[in-house]
Amino acid sequence: MAELRLLDAIRQAMYEEMQRDARVVVLGEDVGLKGGVFGATDGFYAEFGEARVLDTPVAESLIIGAAIGMAADGLVPIAEIQFSDFIFPAFNQIVSEAARMRYRSNGAFGCPLTIRAPYGGGVEVHGGLYHSQSIEAYFTHVPGLKVVAPYTPYDAKGLLKAAIRDPDPVLFLEHKRLYRAIRGEVPDDDYVLPIGPAAVRRTGTTLSVFAYGQMLHETLQAAAEVAAEGIDAEVVDLRTLRPLDTQTILASVRKTSKAMIVYEDNRFMGFGAEVAATIAEEAFEALDGPILRVAGLDVPAVPYSDPLAATFIPTAGKIADAMRRLAAY
Amino acid sequence: MPVEIKLPQLGESIHEGTIARWLKQPGDRVDKYEPLVEITTDKVNVEMPSPFAGVLKELLAAEGDTRPVGSPIALIETEAAVVSAGQPTRAPALGPAGSDESPVVEPVARAAGPAAPAEKGAGGARLSPLVLRLAGEHNIPLTVLETLPGTGAGGRVTKDDLLKYVAGRAAEGPAPSQAPAVPSGAPPAGDAFIKLTPIRRSIAQRMAQSKRDIPHAYGVIEVDMNAVVAWRESQKVGWQRGGTSLTYTAFFVRAAAAALRAHPIVNASWTDEGIVTRGAVNIGIGIAVDEGLIVPVIHHADQLDLAGIAKALDDLSRRARAGRLGLDDIQGGTFTITNPGVFGSIWSMPIVVPGQAAILATDAIVKRAVVRDDAIAIRPIMHLGLAFDHRVFDGATSMRFLNTMKTWFEGFRDGR
Repeated sequence: MAELRLLDAIRQAMYEEMQRDARVVVLGEDVGLKGGVFGATDGFYAEFGEARVLDTPVAESLIIGAAIGMAADGLVPIAEIQFSDFIFPAFNQIVSEAARMRYRSNGAFGCPLTIRAPYGGGVEVHGGLYHSQSIEAYFTHVPGLKVVAPYTPYDAKGLLKAAIRDPDPVLFLEHKRLYRAIRGEVPDDDYVLPIGPAAVRRTGTTLSVFAYGQMLHETLQAAAEVAAEGIDAEVVDLRTLRPLDTQTILASVRKTSKAMIVYEDNRFMGFGAEVAATIAEEAFEALDGPILRVAGLDVPAVPYSDPLAATFIPTAGKIADAMRRLAAY
Repeated sequence: MPVEIKLPQLGESIHEGTIARWLKQPGDRVDKYEPLVEITTDKVNVEMPSPFAGVLKELLAAEGDTRPVGSPIALIETEAAVVSAGQPTRAPALGPAGSDESPVVEPVARAAGPAAPAEKGAGGARLSPLVLRLAGEHNIPLTVLETLPGTGAGGRVTKDDLLKYVAGRAAEGPAPSQAPAVPSGAPPAGDAFIKLTPIRRSIAQRMAQSKRDIPHAYGVIEVDMNAVVAWRESQKVGWQRGGTSLTYTAFFVRAAAAALRAHPIVNASWTDEGIVTRGAVNIGIGIAVDEGLIVPVIHHADQLDLAGIAKALDDLSRRARAGRLGLDDIQGGTFTITNPGVFGSIWSMPIVVPGQAAILATDAIVKRAVVRDDAIAIRPIMHLGLAFDHRVFDGATSMRFLNTMKTWFEGFRDGR
């Protein structure tokens, strides 16, 4: 078993799937000759050729529109949106076409499309307004679309393979800050993780925190920080945002009686709102405190300046602070 | 929305109460803490103060109705409700909805609300859904819930606070058992079925608990009451004129208080962790009433002189027979005296009150032929019996305690 970075695990998953199944193709901006701006498809062009590794124009509606056509004609496309910020020109193709294919055809056929989208911002990213966004709130709203956001390299490989093999469309969100920051054991062999189940990353009794992607990383650091003060936080990695693993969420809340959701996206109408509402509806009588959201500021985008970006993003320090206040409630 | 007024928990092992008299009628304005209703319980009559200010809207129990503790007896339209008509008043407000432009951790403060101290009771208590559910499961009325010491933000009662209370209560002893089912079918000819009154049930429960938990041991001593009887005969008319009747019980309490001070282990409580000797000497006096027995308490009896004790006894027994004892009058006893002598008993073996270490029985003062200085003399003799919790102390201690009392009685001089 090798220790891989998140980016390597993603590359390995695609590489193995392309070897395993000749129908699998990748397309996107600079995914061919350049091997992707982050290097996720590095070497693919030489290995699989230009028929299976397609450089596209800078036109996301085309990338997704063409991919839907490929899927309809028997291929298994993996479309890369270079930065998730650029996905909106393809919104119509994703929401109105890909996600509805199964429903529209009365179950007769689906759209085996995987859309990979690097997302998120932060101090090291320097992404500013156009290279930092979190987009999950827009797409988790859509029935028929699965949305996955892995944290560990092991999960990334297993879940991406599941996404590629899924007969319906999957939006696969990869946090840019995790690409090279996170390392983990990844089996060399072929394995698939089911889309759906969440994972408890840290068991605790004082309160439950639900997070995903980079925010899970910050949350685990915060949990370690407050553990010394006697606050025993349970940290749950949601991994899949839709379908949501409400069973694991509710079981954790029923155990700790207090719940908090951390997400990098703007707070208002963010993904945490859905988790909070589910908890309030299903576990009301287990609650010994308010359900809290720790999230990005409600300003239009992640600022470019480092101090302002740090102000926008939930950090381990801010999460720890919220944990203290919830624990004391 | 009006708030419910519930029958409060009025004391240990009290589980129902009867509405004796409504002091307010629907439509009346009620101030917070203003007497609202008179409630008769197993042992006492209490005036329940209104937990809210507002307007009495509806009576949910009529005078004479008996209701379990925690059940709603009235609705009050509180002032908060009047101001923001239609808003639920008991729901713990988690703070107003915030604006969208709040910084990232601000929501916590907003969600948790202002950490106002002393925002307890009177509908202001922040009780989480979980705490309310657990309180229901453990049969803890809201009135008790609101008085629990809260360790949460702003003094909120947390899940842990509640579970700690439940654990503590469980350690104190079994909850009052449910009423046994009425035997079915007609009783055999000649038998009669007497329904348990609340007071009968309470006595039964506590006496059974005591005999079940406490290993009783007994000691009895003979006391020559000559000095006490003679002095009392010389004084009682004068005292009567002064408005206080000088009963033998006053002497018993005075002597017992002195003996308890000298033997603190007798003024004690057994716990599984250890024995607690009680700082205060609070002596309960068994008083027979029509329905059974009640035990009003003379608090700090060791700090009263004979006249003070006599006055306290007078007051308590008068109010006991009128059914007008307050809750404080029957709580906090550390030792009990029962006086079966007034009914002629010459040898009694009482049952220790749960939570105490001993109970003293004072029997009838009877003239007997006794030997004094090798001559036969006729003296008023009384048996003084002590039933005690043998876990707390042993027979030698009980005898030393009784002998201290004997010395006090036999050496009695002029009003001491």
